[in-house]
Amino acid sequence: MGETTLNGFGAKPARPSGIRGVAADWASDQRAFKSASWGKAMMWIFLLSDTFIFSCFLLAYMTARSSTTVPWPNASEVFALHMFGADIPLILIAIMTFVLISSSGTMAMAVNFAYRKNKGATVALLLATAALGATFVGMQAFEWTKLITEGVRPWGNPWGAPQFGATFFMITGFHGTHVSFGVLFLLIVARKVWRGEYDRGDRGFFTSRPGDYEHVETMGLYWHFVDLVWVFIFAFFYLW
Amino acid sequence: MVDATPRMERDIPPAEVPELELYHPKSWWTTYVFSQDAKVIAIQYSGTAVAIGLVALVLSWLMRLQLGFPGTFSFITPEAYYQFITMHGMIMVIYLLTALFLGGFGNYLIPLMVGARDMVFPYVNMLSFWIYLLAVLVLAASFFAPGGPTGAGWTLYPPQAILGGTPGGQSWGIILMLVSLILFIIGFTMGGLNYAVTVIQGRTRGMTLMRMPLTVWGIFTATVMALLAFPALFVACVMMLFDRVLGTSFFMPALVEMGEQLSYGGGSPILFQHLFWFFGHPEVYIVALPAFGIVSDLISTHARKNIFGYRMMVWAIVIIGALSFIVWAHHMYVSGMHPWFGFFFATTTLIIAVPTAIKVYNWVLTLWRGDIHLTVPMLFALAFIVTFVNGGLTGLFLGNVVVDVPLSDTMFVVAHFHMVMGVAPIMVIFGAIYHWYPKITGRMLEDWMGKFHFWVTFVGAYAIFFPMHYVGLVGVPRRYPEMGEAAFMTAPVDNLNAFISVAALVVGFAQMVFLFNLVWSLRFGKEAGPNPWRATSLEWQTPTTPPPHGNWGDERPVVYRWAYDYSVPGAPEDFIPQNDPWPDKPATRAA
Ligand code: HEM
Ligand SMILES: [Cu+2]
Repeated sequence: MGETTLNGFGAKPARPSGIRGVAADWASDQRAFKSASWGKAMMWIFLLSDTFIFSCFLLAYMTARSSTTVPWPNASEVFALHMFGADIPLILIAIMTFVLISSSGTMAMAVNFAYRKNKGATVALLLATAALGATFVGMQAFEWTKLITEGVRPWGNPWGAPQFGATFFMITGFHGTHVSFGVLFLLIVARKVWRGEYDRGDRGFFTSRPGDYEHVETMGLYWHFVDLVWVFIFAFFYLW
Repeated sequence: MVDATPRMERDIPPAEVPELELYHPKSWWTTYVFSQDAKVIAIQYSGTAVAIGLVALVLSWLMRLQLGFPGTFSFITPEAYYQFITMHGMIMVIYLLTALFLGGFGNYLIPLMVGARDMVFPYVNMLSFWIYLLAVLVLAASFFAPGGPTGAGWTLYPPQAILGGTPGGQSWGIILMLVSLILFIIGFTMGGLNYAVTVIQGRTRGMTLMRMPLTVWGIFTATVMALLAFPALFVACVMMLFDRVLGTSFFMPALVEMGEQLSYGGGSPILFQHLFWFFGHPEVYIVALPAFGIVSDLISTHARKNIFGYRMMVWAIVIIGALSFIVWAHHMYVSGMHPWFGFFFATTTLIIAVPTAIKVYNWVLTLWRGDIHLTVPMLFALAFIVTFVNGGLTGLFLGNVVVDVPLSDTMFVVAHFHMVMGVAPIMVIFGAIYHWYPKITGRMLEDWMGKFHFWVTFVGAYAIFFPMHYVGLVGVPRRYPEMGEAAFMTAPVDNLNAFISVAALVVGFAQMVFLFNLVWSLRFGKEAGPNPWRATSLEWQTPTTPPPHGNWGDERPVVYRWAYDYSVPGAPEDFIPQNDPWPDKPATRAA
């Protein structure tokens, strides 16, 4: 993402391009990623680590599902909603996915406006993202409630392998926690933008380093990641 | 020859990252307790790790007393023995070695050695320590919980780990252990992100990756590995916690206990083993790689010679780090595995021996015709090489499926891993403490106590673990408090067992001399001066000793060369610090 930073952390011009550029950057002093600030680099590495967590969860789910000797509940029936006089399979989850993907769109626009220092638009878009995220969590709570009333428990369910409920609650719960923390931090970032803390470079609470509009992008990295993870959960849990 | 050509300051790119003001502590509390200074955090980490490590040491005495003199100590019941091995193993591996190498040495050395003022995000770094402390407290609490700590073995294999037959399985022990591990991983991640980003993005002018001391390379690679390996343990712990608390069956097959069918069913214990060892094997290298790095620097400094094959050493560290993610199932040969998988994992395991052997050769070639000073750090470094080769050779035995199957779960395995990941890294830790203590405190550790400590520890460690190989070959199983009806088998080794136990007690008490030395030298040690070993790397070039908050005074150092310019022909002294532009004069520094 070339020149994205504002506070002098940006890339210096006249570096070789392509693979030679990568080699030159890694052979250079001070920084290996010339256009990434500390915070952004840290977020990338954290997300890499988090990828391993979600991968392990999903692999555990696949192991459980492919080694079980009792039938696995049929996703399109379990996750159907009775609406307008018919059972519509996966309707809720389709809406949830749509909401979350849309929130990635508003997030991307927020990042764009942040770099133009358009405070009003940034705040509005961040709040929209947070609202969509909260909607997602809300619908997830609804889905959990529905399944629980139908008798799904972590240790068993009426339709088949007990690992169904166990993996479902664990994985969607872990993902939902990620979304919830994301919403919380979106609100914090929105507040900081609104109060002009990034214009003044006030010290962040968590980092004790001066803040700038790049935080919006770093926040965006996290948000898109959570979104991407959902695509995998959706594919493996609901479509398989 | 890695670019030994000095360059003038104007040839070095200007600073890319502006100086960021550090947080200035305002009170005693924020200076020494809730400190954001990586050096203070390092000492807090080390102190906590050593404190809980002493608990593990005492547990090892108790185990040895039981094994050497079975039946003599009535308070060491079989249950207690299981609890001792579990807590001993887990504390040593995670809460002592991992925390000390990464949280302790990583925090102290990374910023100094790469010329940074601090870690990139000091506040997160501070949180890392406090969460680690919490994890240690939760772990220690399990000693006092009803039912005592878990006795599941440090591998915590289900289903036994959460069943009533295992100490702590149906009481608090296992829960506290899992919670503590989860906390540890969260705390470590906060620190680990800092260490990694500081190395990648926080170096000073002129410090290229290929000029970093190998210590930094070792700690950095281990940190990245830990960030990718701990997730597997995290997931395993979360799932086992759910199995235990919520009654899920991730790892629990259908079981009958005391004639009663349990409500579990359909889970896979093997899944846990895969997750555990996907973490567990890299973990071995998470403690080994920092040791590799540190020992390289100790050898080079105390033999007054550049490290042999620096580039090869760096690549060996990186390749070992990468390979160690595809060997984990060599811990599961006896768990039942498709022969092709066994073949695959045996092959990858043996391939790791290649970069490892390269490292050993390079250490030896560094020593070759060096000006070897037998200082205490050097003695420990030499002891490391010997011990590591020793443990590595038995590793080659165990890496082969057919040899491992009969040896698995015998004392031979215990001897092997103590050599390679117990004694060897501990030797480096001692060497490193003797080496850097003068920088941390401004005073030298007392030499005669150091030599005494070294000889007793080194000879003692061999007295403990060498005969243990034989005990294992004869067939004495691991994790048995006593042999019961099979005692006839151990008759030839009874004396050996008693001998090992006495040696273990002696070695243990020698550590008290070391602790005493640490405290005594703080007041009465010889003044060290800024650079007592006449070493080249940046931490020895700080304006004051011990280094102040922010490390460097007004200006961060500029680096002109790698860290291994010892005995350079024509140089005024037998070492050239990394920030010395020789043969240019510092005065030629044009703006
Ligand atoms: C004072 C030196 C030490 C002594 C005398 C000692 C002794 C022992 C003994 C007697 C056992 C139990 C063997 C059995 O019955 O299975 C054991 C297990 C173990 N030790 Fe040590 N040990 C020492 C240091 C270390 C260190 C430094 C480490 C760090 C890696 C370590 C890691 C382990 C592990 C991982 C286990 C396996 C626990 C289990 O089976 O669950 N030990 N040790
Ligand atoms: Cu291994």
